[in-house]
Amino acid sequence: MSKNFTRRGVLKTGAVAGAGLTLPTYLRAAGHEGFTNAPTGSTVTLGFNVPQTGPYADEGADELRAYELAVEHLNGEGDGGMLQTFSSKALDGTGILGKKVEYVTGDTQTKSDAARASAKSMIEKDGAIMITGGSSSGVAVAVQALCQEAGVMFMAGLTHSNDTTGKDRRANGFRHFFNSYMSGAALAPILVDQYGADRKAYHLTADYNWGYTTEEAVRSSTEALGWETVATVKTPLTQTDFSSYIAPVISSGADVLVLNHYGGNMVNSLTSAVQFGLRAQEVAGKKFEIVVPLYSELMARGAGENIAGILGSQNWDWKIENQLGSRYSGTNAFVKSFGEKYGFPPSQAAHTCYVQTLLYADAVQRAGSFAPCAVVEALEGFEFDGMGNGPTLYRAEDHQCFKDVLVVRGKENPENEFDLVEIVEVTPVDQVTYASDHPQFAGGALGTCNNGA
Amino acid sequence: MLGLNKQDTTILLVVAALTIFAPFILNPFPVDSAMAQFNAGYPDLMQRFVIFGIFAIGFNILFGLTGYLSFGHAAFLGIGSYSAVWMFKLLSMNVIPAIILAVIMSGLFAVVIGYVSLRRSGIYFSILTLAFAMMMFALAYSVLTPITGGETGLQLALDDPRILGISATPEGNIPTPSLFGVEMRASTTVPVGAWEFTFNFGYYFCALIMLVAFYLSVRIFRSPFGLTLRAIKSNQQRLNYTGVNPKPYTLAAFVISGMYAGLAGALMASMDPLAGAERMFWTQSGEVVLMTILGGVGTLFGPVLGAGMIKYMENIISKINSDILHSWFAFLPDGLEDLIVAIIYPFIGKGWHLTLGLIFMLVVIFLPGGLVEGGQRVRSWMKNRGKSKEETSQTPAE
Repeated sequence: MSKNFTRRGVLKTGAVAGAGLTLPTYLRAAGHEGFTNAPTGSTVTLGFNVPQTGPYADEGADELRAYELAVEHLNGEGDGGMLQTFSSKALDGTGILGKKVEYVTGDTQTKSDAARASAKSMIEKDGAIMITGGSSSGVAVAVQALCQEAGVMFMAGLTHSNDTTGKDRRANGFRHFFNSYMSGAALAPILVDQYGADRKAYHLTADYNWGYTTEEAVRSSTEALGWETVATVKTPLTQTDFSSYIAPVISSGADVLVLNHYGGNMVNSLTSAVQFGLRAQEVAGKKFEIVVPLYSELMARGAGENIAGILGSQNWDWKIENQLGSRYSGTNAFVKSFGEKYGFPPSQAAHTCYVQTLLYADAVQRAGSFAPCAVVEALEGFEFDGMGNGPTLYRAEDHQCFKDVLVVRGKENPENEFDLVEIVEVTPVDQVTYASDHPQFAGGALGTCNNGA
Repeated sequence: MLGLNKQDTTILLVVAALTIFAPFILNPFPVDSAMAQFNAGYPDLMQRFVIFGIFAIGFNILFGLTGYLSFGHAAFLGIGSYSAVWMFKLLSMNVIPAIILAVIMSGLFAVVIGYVSLRRSGIYFSILTLAFAMMMFALAYSVLTPITGGETGLQLALDDPRILGISATPEGNIPTPSLFGVEMRASTTVPVGAWEFTFNFGYYFCALIMLVAFYLSVRIFRSPFGLTLRAIKSNQQRLNYTGVNPKPYTLAAFVISGMYAGLAGALMASMDPLAGAERMFWTQSGEVVLMTILGGVGTLFGPVLGAGMIKYMENIISKINSDILHSWFAFLPDGLEDLIVAIIYPFIGKGWHLTLGLIFMLVVIFLPGGLVEGGQRVRSWMKNRGKSKEETSQTPAE
């Protein structure tokens, strides 16, 4: 036996095997078009990575519906949706660059690890050229970094934390959804308008990154307009009973409660607050008010009638074109095709995912290439309209979309379960625009786009 | 060979062969066939197989030998990952220092947590470890955000110092983890006819470490130390009466298995340089318990098998969506197609947890020794069948 394995023999075999393993790596890179997963056949694969299980499964399901609709429209099936209203006319319903769009789906489970595993399998196994989706900032930031390393595009889904296009921004990643800063900037003037400039706010904040950035954004925006912040209290993410956090609010002398919570947290904390009778209170002659910076239809449904009269901000609402006119064109086209396919209006999560898919396809079409660097160049500084948000800019410095932000209020007497919020006002884009090196977004760098190999 | 008896050498060689040829074994279907959905031979999943294999092997040293059920082992996985990523941020992208620090750190934490938790046994021990792990999860998720990155996880950045390496590549990107210059993600795809096989450097690196870890565990199982651990499992009181203090032994087993978990965590970070707090969540601790039980508690190969099974379900079954189902059954008449899809749909895609639960129930009820017992039963059945045939064929001759 020892005769078969001489030292020299083992070394030789090892060296040959090693060379054999490394050599084709470079051959492969050269043999392709110089970027990861370059589509070679008549189809191109997109990866839709959404939470199908876990706390945001409802949003994930709605995102997936929107993606399927977007693929239909890109492939020229259905009525074309927003392609009819989109200001760029590069897309013609024959797929992307003449290649039919196919897709794979995965479950992020709203966990960074699971989301990255799912995205990696899409990239390594299914040959996805672009990953999109997600319903939490932690997942978005994690997958964005992965796509940057792997050299594919990432089009963020629902992610609201400043960090996604702030300290954790990446060259291969783009976000259409608005962020904490925009929520604060949009809400503050309307809060002052509605409740007066002489108010004392009490913040309950979910104890994680998104909570921090939202609290900071709302706090600095409202303080700039004269509000006072009495206290900020962090609540554990897993908290379900908020009564012990609500009781001190009453004795603190505050007259506004800001709930920096999302999803189940928000439903529970708002329900507690309303049941404690906070909204019936009067503090020094002023009616007690509750504010929820980030609103979503699905959360509003969960909170039921407790949501009535409570202010918050939204990226988009399906009623906006009907109520505020043709500046928000595209909305009705999208709502119509979504409604015809699924039987109910889309959520803002569905909207942002649908728009992101079209924007990506359009950028590829305009660039004439699937190579991430070409797509990045086509998206940077891209101005468009007709996607339901009015004129919008994809800023080159941080890959964030800038558009109007909606301030909404829970309806007192909703007619049905899809009509829970009413639009109070729209804050124009100029008021929510910030410098790309704003302190709330500092500390990050895009780096350079990565084509992979 | 290597101080192992014949049977253990065979097992080791089988495991080695399985890991070396995994790219072939896991990709049995041609790329363009409908069955390609079930191929698992892509780098990320193969890496996960062996990494979670290491995690489960380590867990089995504690649970399989001493019978102490730790419900907080994910904490060490997380510690390993955080240590490794910090090494990538501060020192260099070489994986060796990262792995060393990760194993040391998880060992240190295991000493502290083990020392406290092992004062109790049974369910109280499980609850103590669970409490520690959840405490560490909560710390990592929010309180220690500056160190752990909180919810978004600890990530590399372009301006990290990396004093022995480079902060950014010449192209302006973050460098990737490597072993003395060979990148972990370097892969070669070899097309053979309709098949495609991917060989990934990171996978073979992890596989080598898993083989070493597996070998060590075999040695521990067969050592006097392993025998003492088994004695603790079968009757701790008797051991006390004979004058043996079991505490140092259980603590040693706990620390060793914690270090295994830290090693797995470091490898996870080396393959994919991000450490998130979810890695420490109790569901992750529960997962390794499932892996071990599913594969076979106290067996050598069982935990690896269980880890592979669960990761396969999580990554392959969960990705089958209703469109894929429809395309499979498209040949059937419409009504029947919809019916069959409606029946299968709850068990695939997002319903993969349900399928896993059913399999787990079946295994626990019918194969208490896990999948390994299933394999043994099949083998003995085959043997007996062969024998009876031989006997029948031999009778006329006699």
